[in-house]
This record gives sequence, structure tokens and C-alpha cells, in this order.
Amino acid sequence: MKLLGVTIAVASNTFTELVRQKVFYFLMIFALLVIGNSAFMAKFSFQEQFQMLKDISLGAMSVFGSLIAILATANFLPKDMEDRTIYSILAKPVPRFSYLLGKLCGIFGLLAVSILLMSALFLAVLWIREGTVLNETRAQLQGATAEEIAAAVKEVTNATFNINLIPGIVVIFFKSALLASLTLFLSTFATSSIFTILMATALYFIGHLQSTAREYWLAGVDVHCWSRLLAALVSLLFPDLQAFNLTDDIIAGAAVPMTLFAGTIGLGLLYISVYFSLAALVFSDREL
Amino acid sequence: MKWRKTSSLALLCLFGASLLPIQARLNNDARAAHLRKTALNLNLRERIGQAGFLAALSGFRSPLAAILWIQAHTAWENTEWGRMAGTFDTVTTLQPRSILYWDMSAWHMAWNAAVAAMQNEKQPSEALRIRSQREYFRLGRDFLERGILNNPDSYQLYVQLGIVLRDKFEDHCGAADTFLKAAALPGAPSYCARFAGYEMAKCPGREREAYEHLRQLYLQGDKQRLPSLINLLRDMEKRLDIPQGERIDSSAHSDKT
Repeated sequence: MKLLGVTIAVASNTFTELVRQKVFYFLMIFALLVIGNSAFMAKFSFQEQFQMLKDISLGAMSVFGSLIAILATANFLPKDMEDRTIYSILAKPVPRFSYLLGKLCGIFGLLAVSILLMSALFLAVLWIREGTVLNETRAQLQGATAEEIAAAVKEVTNATFNINLIPGIVVIFFKSALLASLTLFLSTFATSSIFTILMATALYFIGHLQSTAREYWLAGVDVHCWSRLLAALVSLLFPDLQAFNLTDDIIAGAAVPMTLFAGTIGLGLLYISVYFSLAALVFSDREL
Repeated sequence: MKWRKTSSLALLCLFGASLLPIQARLNNDARAAHLRKTALNLNLRERIGQAGFLAALSGFRSPLAAILWIQAHTAWENTEWGRMAGTFDTVTTLQPRSILYWDMSAWHMAWNAAVAAMQNEKQPSEALRIRSQREYFRLGRDFLERGILNNPDSYQLYVQLGIVLRDKFEDHCGAADTFLKAAALPGAPSYCARFAGYEMAKCPGREREAYEHLRQLYLQGDKQRLPSLINLLRDMEKRLDIPQGERIDSSAHSDKT
């Protein structure tokens, strides 16, 4: 119980610290992107407008989520060591495990708030655009039968809100959380934050190729043994980030089966817990 | 410290190995739901460039497709039909589950580009203009056929393919079959079945089948009893010499509704 209190205290301090670093200023860029995109698209048909608004907004959410996860996590250990705050924290009865968990939870909190704010902004713009298009449609269809107006309205509403957008946003959060956990693991044995950022960025790209390497390895293609060994190493050591790219298909209107969504979340939780456990294992013995 | 790093790497490998069946299952589930079907190959790499390919690999397929769609729109405003066709091809490769992209690409090719090719004043030869127009018809049909392969549950693409076959290729038999497939899909509007009947009536050798199909629609009630359907049925009754008692105007059929 006491450990839980310590972890919560570290988490809330981490969150406050990150907020004070004006991390949320990125929301201004996101708002500019979403609102600017919405205004610029006026010359397209409403289906195209909504499709592109979703494409750009969810893509930006994924970029910002990943950037926050990597940059915020890579920075905290070196910063705490430079400021010497880590010594005063660990000198108290705070286990290293709780310190790490608290830090990670603080970053998860920041990610959750960021993604929630971006989602709210995106949905608000989508809702306003939908209202405008609906008004235009009703004005154009003056004198038409009620059935025709209802069909046109249904076409507009079908092109805007899709319940599958919610699982898509949840998956973006889990992908960012996974990246934060992976970056935390890297930072426990890294000597500088720049090394951690570079490594995490490289792993981000490799992680998106993991599924290709896995298929190549498991298909047993007749190639050099070193090539297969490399594919096997990539498959075993790196996370499958491509599994978290459901938003591309969700935006296109595809429905994500519940089993696939639950499986993806489960996979995310597994990755997060294993990377955190390994980080705790390495950090427990690290000389500070 | 060193042994902890080594053991954490070993544990990571073990964890990776234990995840293989889960990853394979998730991948199969995604394929079964027609998700993650984009083929990121060297052909696509050549078309979208290194930066674009990197973006596609990093999970930004849809924003990249949106940007390319804007480029295609600019090409349309400049009437650069060849560039448009290439860009549409890339967009649909990046976002194969977007019905909108397939539908609009096909429409631009089979209608706008085809008309522009026929009205091309720079081409004095009519034969070549017609050839170019047919090429764009074929491109439009091709987009829809590939779109259907990627989205087999979409009635919209079947409807559009039926319209292209009907209006651009005058293939009434093919159009009838396509509209029939559209009508059988979930969410298909009632006009799909009517369109299938109208086209079947124009398909040599299938007049009787068309009559039966249209009559079934007529018997479904007011929703399908449009003037064009009633007129066609009356016309077919005369052509097929349907006995008076079985005709739609007879009291027996009027009573059924």
C-alpha cells in the first residue's frame, strides 16, 4: 500500500513536471493542422473532405503520440541524474522499481491527456464540418421529398462519424505507451538522452518492419543463412509495431473485429509489461 | 550489471519467441477481415519516392494517401490525365480499403479523362481519339475491378462497375450480373435489383429471366413499382406473349399487393 502511494507520488510529480515543460504547446500545431486542413479542403466533395480530415488528424495524433513518448521518456533519467533529484528520491525509502513505475505512469498520464485533447479537437472539427455540410445539403434539397432528404443526410453522417474511430484512437494510445516503455528500457543502460532518442527512433522504424522480417524468416525462403538469422533476430528482439496500425483501415471505413482489437490491446499490454520488467531488472543494479 | 544486460537480452529473445503464435494469429485475423493488405514493394517505392516509402513503412499510409490525393486533384485542375492515373494508382495501393478512392479514381478515368480524350483538339485523328477514350474506359473499369477484389463486401463498387459496363461498354449482360451481385450484398439499395432487371432485359437470350426477375420485384410492392419498371414489364409481357391472366394489370396480381 505504501509502495503504491510512493508510485502515485512519483507519477503525479512526473506529470506535473512534464506539463510545466510546456509539452501541451504541441496542441497548437495540431489545432492549426486540423483546422487549416478543414478550411483548405473546402473545394473537395464532402466525402473527400472527411476522409482527408480523418487521414491527417489520426496520422498527426500518431506522430505526436510517438514523439511525446520517445522524447519525454528518453529525457527523464539523464535529467534527474543531472539535476541530482534522483539521488534525493532514492535516498528515501523509495524502491527503484517504484521510481521507474511512477515515472512511466506519469508519462502514460501525459500521453492519455494529450491523445484525449487531440481526439476532442479532431471530433469537434469533424462535428462542425458535418453540421456545415448538412446545412448545405438541406438547402440544396429544398423541395425534395422527405425520403430523399433523409437519404442525403444519412450519406453525410455515414461519411463523418464511425464508431470504429474510437478503437483506432485507443490503439494509437497503446502504441505510444509501448514506445514509452521501450524507450524506458533503452534509457536504463544508455549513457545519454541523445543515444536513447536515436535508438528509440531507429527501433520505431525497425519495429514497423518486424512483421515483414518475421514472415520472411518463417516462410523459410531459400537464402543465405546469415540473412535468415538476421530476420530471426529482428523478429525476436523487436516489437511488431505494424500490428498497431489499424487506423489506416479504420479511416477507410473498414470495421475492426472485436477479437482483433482485444488481441492488439493484449499484445500492447504484454510488450509494455515485459519492457518495463526488463528496464526494472537493468535499473535495479545500475550504478548511479 | 553486465550479466543483467545479457540476461535481459536473452529474456527478450525468449519473449519474442513466445509471441510468435500470437502475432501470427493476429495477422491471420487481420487478413481475414481484409485489413493490412497494402503491398509495400519496390514498385511502390519507385512511385512514391524514398521519403514517401519511409512514411508508408512507418505507419503513415493514410496521411500519405491524402497528400497524394490532393496532388491528383491539382493534376485534374490542370487536366494532366496521365499523371492523375499514376497518382490514383499509388493512392489506391496505399489505401486499398478506401471505397471512395477506388470510386473517384474510376469516375475520373471513365468519365472525365475519357471525354477529354475524345475532345482533344491536339489529336486530329478520330481513330486515335476513340482509341484513347477506350483506354480510359478500360482504366476506369480496372480501378473498380481491383477495388472489388480489395473490398468484396462493398455494394457501391459493384454498382459503379455496373454503370461503367452499361454506359461505357454497352455490355448489358455483364452489367446485369454486376448489379445482381450488388443487390445481394448487405446494405444494397433497392435500385440495384431494378437496374439488374433493366440490363437483363437488354441482354440477348435472357429476356425470360429478366421478365421473371422484374415481376418478382413488382410483386414486392410499392417500393419497387416505379413507372420505368411497370412500363418495361408491360412491354416485355407483349414481347414474350404472356397470357392475359398472368399480366401485372390483371386483377389476380393487383390483389396480391
